[in-house]
Amino acid sequence: MTAAVKEPGAGGAKLNLLGFDRTEYKGKPSTLCSGCGHDSIASQIIAVAWELSLEPHRVIKTSGIGCSSKSPAYFLNRSHGFNSLHGRMPSLTTGAVLANKDLQAISVSGDGDTGSIGLGQYKHLLRRNVPMVYIIENNGVYGLTKGQFSATADEGQKLKYAGVNELPPIDLCLEAIASGCGFVARSFAGDAKQVRELLKAALSYKGGTAVLDIISPCITFNNHEESTKSYSYGKANEERLHDISFIEPQGEIVVDYEEGTAREVRMHDGSTIVLRKLGDDYNPQDRNAAISKLDEAQAKQEFITGLLYINEGRKRIHEALHIVDTPLAELNEAQLRPPREALDKIMADMN
Amino acid sequence: MTVLDTRPGSQYDSSGHPEVVNDFSIVIATVNGSGSQTANNTIIRSIFKMGIPVNGKNIFPSNISGLPTWYTVRVSKDGYVARRQETEILVAFNLQTADADLQSLKEGGACFYPDDYKFMNPRKDVVYYPLPVKQLVKESGADTKLKDYIANMVYVGGLAEILGIDLAKIKEALVKHFNGKAKPVELNYGVVSKAAEYVRQNLPKKDIYRVAPLDLTHGKILIEGNTAAGLGAIFGGVSLVSWYPITPSTSVVDTINEYLHELRTDPASGKLTCAVVQAEDEIAAIGMLVGAGWAGCRAMTATSGPGISLMTEFAGLAYFAEVPLVIWDIMRMGPSTGLPTRTSQGDILTAYFLGHGDTRHVCLLPGNMQECFEFGTTSFDLAEHLQTPVFVLSDLDFGMNLWMTEPFQYPEKPLDRGKVLSEEDLKRLGSFKRYADLEGDGVGWRTLPGNPHPMSAYFSRGTGHNAEAAYSERPDDWEENLDRLARKHDTARTLVPPPVVQTRAGANIGVIAYGSSDPAIVEACDLLEAKGVAIDYLRLRALPLEEITSKFIEEHEILFVVEMNYDGQMHKLLQIHSPENAARLKSIAHCDGLSLTAQFITEKVMSVLQ
Ligand SMILES: Cc1ncc(C[n+]2csc(CCOP(=O)(O)OP(=O)(O)O)c2C)c(N)n1
Ligand code: SF4
Repeated sequence: MTAAVKEPGAGGAKLNLLGFDRTEYKGKPSTLCSGCGHDSIASQIIAVAWELSLEPHRVIKTSGIGCSSKSPAYFLNRSHGFNSLHGRMPSLTTGAVLANKDLQAISVSGDGDTGSIGLGQYKHLLRRNVPMVYIIENNGVYGLTKGQFSATADEGQKLKYAGVNELPPIDLCLEAIASGCGFVARSFAGDAKQVRELLKAALSYKGGTAVLDIISPCITFNNHEESTKSYSYGKANEERLHDISFIEPQGEIVVDYEEGTAREVRMHDGSTIVLRKLGDDYNPQDRNAAISKLDEAQAKQEFITGLLYINEGRKRIHEALHIVDTPLAELNEAQLRPPREALDKIMADMN
Repeated sequence: MTVLDTRPGSQYDSSGHPEVVNDFSIVIATVNGSGSQTANNTIIRSIFKMGIPVNGKNIFPSNISGLPTWYTVRVSKDGYVARRQETEILVAFNLQTADADLQSLKEGGACFYPDDYKFMNPRKDVVYYPLPVKQLVKESGADTKLKDYIANMVYVGGLAEILGIDLAKIKEALVKHFNGKAKPVELNYGVVSKAAEYVRQNLPKKDIYRVAPLDLTHGKILIEGNTAAGLGAIFGGVSLVSWYPITPSTSVVDTINEYLHELRTDPASGKLTCAVVQAEDEIAAIGMLVGAGWAGCRAMTATSGPGISLMTEFAGLAYFAEVPLVIWDIMRMGPSTGLPTRTSQGDILTAYFLGHGDTRHVCLLPGNMQECFEFGTTSFDLAEHLQTPVFVLSDLDFGMNLWMTEPFQYPEKPLDRGKVLSEEDLKRLGSFKRYADLEGDGVGWRTLPGNPHPMSAYFSRGTGHNAEAAYSERPDDWEENLDRLARKHDTARTLVPPPVVQTRAGANIGVIAYGSSDPAIVEACDLLEAKGVAIDYLRLRALPLEEITSKFIEEHEILFVVEMNYDGQMHKLLQIHSPENAARLKSIAHCDGLSLTAQFITEKVMSVLQ
C-alpha cells in the first residue's frame, strides 16, 4: 500500500497525503505491561491512521475502563479523546457521533468492558448501527483489576484466585452478527499484518458499526499454556479464514492473486477487500454461514480469524433519526431556535 | 328496586345560607382508564374561559385501568391555585369509593352520583343530585366502545347546570379538546346538554355553590409543566434528547416529539435539527448526553428519581470531565418505587450531590409554569457557560397538571454557548490548556472535536488530571483541580436565578420554600396575615444557595423551611449553608404524596408560634 505516501519530508521521514510523518499519529508513551497485546494494537492503529491519511482532527477516540480502554491515550495525540466509564463507551460514542456525523470514532474496549458490564450497551449500539470502529481488545480476563474471569474466558480455564471457570464464553462476534452488525472481524494482536488490513477495511466501511474483536494476550494474568487468549495459543492455533489485503479506492490496484483463489469485496466508498482463499471457500457476505462457522469454531474451541461478515445494507442511526446532514454541533442559532411567530402561535392555541 | 328507592334522603336545604360564588373545590372520583380526563379538562377549561381562576389536579394510581382516581378542581375568585383539604362538590362516579368519598364532603356540600347507586350510609347534611347516567348514555346512541367516555359527560352537564357553568364555554372547551373535529364534539356536547336539560327539569338547585363570570383569566393560557419544559427546550435550541420512559417525566419528551417536526425541521432538506433517541435505559440516556455535550450539542434528558439513581456514575463523570448537559428530574414520591404517581420534592439532596466523592451540581427549581418554560432554555445556557450538568427539579404536580399562566415570552437573550475556542481563536492565542482558570471563575476554555487546529485536541477522563488535561495523580494537581471546581461552583452561585422575596410590613418571621409549594405558601401567607401574623416569603430558585438567602435568614427571627419530603432536605442544606443560624431554621415537611395545602402550613406555623 504505497498510494498514500508522498516523498520524504525533513529528516527523510516519509509523509502521508496530508504531509504528516508517522510520529504525528503517535500517542503518549504506554503505561501498560511491556509486551501487552493492547500495545501492539495501538501501534497498528497508528500505522493505519497514518497510511490512510486520516485527518486527526476528524477522529475521536473513545473508550470504557480497563487496561485496554487506556490505550486511546497511546495513539493519535492530535485527536480528541474520551476515556469514559466501565462498559458505557457505546452510549457516549453514540452521543458524540450523533452530535457530529463528520467525526470518525475509533473506540476501544475490553472483553470485560464489552462482554460483561457493557453487554447491554454493546448490543444496543449495534442495533442502532452507529457509524464507528469498535475494537475489542479481548484477553479473556480482567486486566486492570488484576485477573478475574471475563465473560469471554474459556470454560474450564483456571486462574490463581478465581479458580476454575465453569461457564461457557460469550462470543462477541456472534453477538455482533446477531445484533445486525454489518462488519464483523476477528484477529490476533500477534498477527500485525492481518490486524492492519482489517483495521483499514473497518475504517473504510461506511455501513455503520464495524466490530473488530482482537485476541490480545494479557501477559500478566492470562498468558499461560491452557489459555486460548495467550500468545502461544494464538500463534499455534490461529486458523485464518483467508489472507486479507485491503485496497484503497485511490490506490493503485495491484492484484496479485491467481484466478479462482480469491474473493473481492467491494465497499461503498470504492475500496476493496481481497480475501485470498486458504481452506474452504468462505463467503463473508453470507450471514448464516458466518453464524454457523462461529458456532462450529466455538464448539471445537477453534480460533478463526479474518473478515467474518460484511454487509453494507442497513440504515445508520443518522438516517433512522432523519437528522440533517450538517453536524448537529455545527448548527447556528437561527437553525436551533424557532422564530418568535412560532411561539406566539403555540401560545394562541393554548388559551 | 326503583330509582326513587335508591335516593338518599337529604334534609339539607340551603335556605338561609348565603351563596358562595367562585370559591370552592370539586372532587371528581372516577375509575382509572375510564376516559374521565376529557370530561375533567372540559370542566377546567370552561370555567377558565368564564374568566374564573381555576386549577386542576389529577390524583391517580400507578396503574392503567380499574383503580380509583380523583380529579380535584379548585375554583378561586382570589386566584389561589393550591390544593385544599375541603371539598364542597363531589362527583361520586367511582362506586368502589363512593361511600368513603361521600364522608369527605363538607357539610352543605353537593354530591352528584349515578342514580342507580345506593349509598350505604347516606348523610343528611349534604345535597344530592342523582344523575340518570345509563338512560342518558343510551339516548346518546354512542356505540359500546364510547359508552364510558360518554358517561363522564353526564356529570359535566350536571355540574354545568347546578353550578352555572356556561354551556357555550363547554362547547368551546370541547372544540379545543378535540382539535375542532366536529363528530366527537357533537357527540360529547349532545350528552352534556341532555344531562343539563334533565337536571334543569328534574333536580332543583339546593346547594349554595355557583360560578359567575369574572375577568381574571383574560389573555392567560392553561398548560402542563412538562409541556412548558418541552417547549422551553425546543426554543432553547436542544439538539439531542436521549431518554428512557418514566412517570411523571415522559410528557416532557412527548412534547418535544409532538412539536419537533413543526418547529425543528430544516426547510432545505426536510430533515430534523434535533435527534431524539429512546435509550435502552437511563445509563445509556445520560451516556449519550455526555458524548453529545462533549462534542458540542445542547443535550438533555427527562427522568425521575429511579432514573436519576442510574445516572449517578455518568453525572459524576460529566461533572469532573466538565461536560455540559441538562437533566430534568420530574420528582415523584420515593423511597424506591414509592408512590410513582404522587408528587414530592424528595430528590433535592440526591440531585445536588449526585456522584461519589465530592460532587455538587447546579440545580434549578422552577416555581411556576413561566419558569418551567424559561428554565427549559436557560438550563442550557448555564450548562454550557459553566461546562457542567444542570439539573432542573420539577415535580409531578407541576409536570402533569394544568396550570393557568401568562403566555410565554420569546427568549430574547441569544444562546450562551460558553467558552469555546475556534481554530482562529487558537491561532490568535498560540496556546491552549483545557483546564486552566484564566478568568478566575473556575471555568476553563474548551475546544470541540473537529476543530482542525493542531493544538485543539485534548483527552477527557474521569480520572485525576492537571490543567493540560493530562493524567495526573499528583496531590497538588488533584487539589488544584478541586479548588478550581469549587471556584466554579461559586461562579454558579452568582449566575443561577436568584430567589424571589416577598415582604410584608413588620414581619419578623420568614418562610423559605421552592418549586410547586409556592401556591400553598402564597395562600398561607395571606391566611396568616388575616390572623395577624405577618410573614416574609423567600422562594428559592436554584442551588447552590447564594447571598440573598443568607441575608434573608439573618434578617428574620424565626424561619420556616417548607417542603414536600420527609427529612426536610432543603432545611438541611440551608443549615449547612448558614450554620450560625441553623437553630433558628425550623422544618415544615409534608410527605403524604399529595401536594401542600395552605391549611397545613398555617396550622404548623401557628403551632410553633403559640
Ligand atoms: C462500575 C465499575 N465497576 C468496576 C470497575 C472496576 N474495573 C476496572 S477495569 C475492570 C475490568 C476491565 O476488564 P477488561 O474490560 O477485560 O479490560 P482489560 O483490563 O482486561 O484490558 C473493572 C471490573 C469500574 N471501574 N467501574
Ligand atoms: S495487566 Fe494484562 S491487560 Fe493489563 S496491561 Fe498488563 S498485560 Fe495488558
